[in-house]
Amino acid sequence: MLGIPDPAIWLGYLLAILSVAACIVYSVRYWNKSDDPLPDPSEKEKNWEKVEEKINEML
Amino acid sequence: MNTFTLGLVVILYLLLIAYLGYVGYRKTKTTKDYLLAGRDSHPFIMAMSYGATFISTSAIVGFGGMAGKFGMGLIWLVFLNIFIGIFIAFVFFGRITRRVGLNLDAHTFPEFLGNRFQSKAIQIISGLIIFVAMPLYAAVVLIGGARFIESIFQIDFTMALIFFTLVMASYVIAGGLKGVMYTDAAQGTIMFVCLFFLLVFSYFKLGGVSSAHQALTNMAGMVPTDLAAQGHLGWTAFPKINSAWWWILTTNIILGVGIGVLAQPQLVVRFMTVKSSRELNRAVMTGGIFIFVSTGFVYTIGALSNVFFYSETGKLALDAVGGNVDKIIPEYINKAMPEWFIYLFMIALLSAGMSTLSSQFHTMGSAIGRDVIEKIFPRTGLNTMMIARLGIVFGVVISLLIGYQLPMGIIARGTAIFFGICAATFLPAYIASLYWKRVTRSAALWSIVSGLATSVFALAFLHKSESLPLGICKALFGKDFLIDKFPWMIIDPLMVALPVSVFVLILVTFVSRPPEKEFLDKCFK
Repeated sequence: MLGIPDPAIWLGYLLAILSVAACIVYSVRYWNKSDDPLPDPSEKEKNWEKVEEKINEML
Repeated sequence: MNTFTLGLVVILYLLLIAYLGYVGYRKTKTTKDYLLAGRDSHPFIMAMSYGATFISTSAIVGFGGMAGKFGMGLIWLVFLNIFIGIFIAFVFFGRITRRVGLNLDAHTFPEFLGNRFQSKAIQIISGLIIFVAMPLYAAVVLIGGARFIESIFQIDFTMALIFFTLVMASYVIAGGLKGVMYTDAAQGTIMFVCLFFLLVFSYFKLGGVSSAHQALTNMAGMVPTDLAAQGHLGWTAFPKINSAWWWILTTNIILGVGIGVLAQPQLVVRFMTVKSSRELNRAVMTGGIFIFVSTGFVYTIGALSNVFFYSETGKLALDAVGGNVDKIIPEYINKAMPEWFIYLFMIALLSAGMSTLSSQFHTMGSAIGRDVIEKIFPRTGLNTMMIARLGIVFGVVISLLIGYQLPMGIIARGTAIFFGICAATFLPAYIASLYWKRVTRSAALWSIVSGLATSVFALAFLHKSESLPLGICKALFGKDFLIDKFPWMIIDPLMVALPVSVFVLILVTFVSRPPEKEFLDKCFK
């Protein structure tokens, strides 16, 4: 296969590529999944949201 | 190569690293920041930091050169690095490690084990093992980096060593894990881009994927007789079963390094640097792609360098560089790549060394500071951050001394020794701490102690590569290794020590009292 006659070598390449594929599929599949509830936004983030709201109101 | 241009590139690179170190320093306010990067790392930074720490210069130059000598069999190491080192590690170890670590307020790997088994002794012993064994591993990277600077800038080795150490130590001591991870991410990105280009350009130069591989396959008849006697069947073939090289490849490299990665303290701690398992899920992709490019690409190029050298000089890669495996990749870059790429690749190699070393310094410092000194002397009057900083200084000095004092024969084995000791000592207890609620404190402690003792015994008396330079076996028994029946002297010590520590863990668990349910509920809530 692709100039490599020994199955033990191309099988290694195939498994390495499949492992990378598994990593990509896993990440995409569970991109927004979390085992635990995500922490509440910090005070800084809450304040930032308030300022944003005010700006929007003013606009 | 123009020294002025190279100097300019290196200065720009160091300015970038200094800036990122400074950002880390500015953002470090608490112990959590210093030891765990505030537990709120971005998934990309976490994954790149994990990958760049994992892949050192020796993984690129050393193993890449080995592929030049022995061929593409090393691809199995790439497969295990991705499948076990990333996929299994992140999905089956990382998520639960992060959760248990947070529930038990662990800041380091020894503290994780200590809190999980409610044992100060486990934390102190684990911290000491790391602090004693890791400088040997760090010395390998430190000396390698200094030699590299010495050769490209033509400066004195001691100067290079001091300069390299000071640069590294400054941002690790000041910026803590935030500084380490920010710089790691930048260094990992540089490595990724360079190695990606290297493979694409190499295939282009050698006439395409299939023709390059076919040319290498056609060279099978040129394998030198001494390598053929060790089981070498060609650069696109796996070695002959039960031959010397087959045993080295399967036990030392594939299993030793491939499995050893799971219990590396500097990598495990990264799972605790993100705020939820969502970040780990996202990091798996970056980690997998990074390891594939940084190891798979360079091992393929290492093997293919034979085609290039043969067509240019009529010699095999190993012969073209005077028999020194470590010179195959640098020499290939010098001869086959455009000049502008040589400068970038130098920075990539520097990055690979620095990213590994910075994490080693940080892990050593937190082990001696947080896990040993703070546990033994709780009333020092200093805060954890200060103790960890002093610990890093101490660790850096020890690594320097080791680099200077120990013979090169032992230093060259530093990575393998550290990986082996960590896997045999910590892996069974670490896996059980996550997945076996019945496991007991005594079982974990005895597993760690027996794994360490068997590892040290196997290194000193069984495994030729270490027993020979150590010389203890020779001094006591008059021979280089105790069992001279093939293949015992070349089987990785991990293959002996790991079963022992697993057996001890299981045995002691069933003869000791199980942990309380309330505590387990707290761990896994």
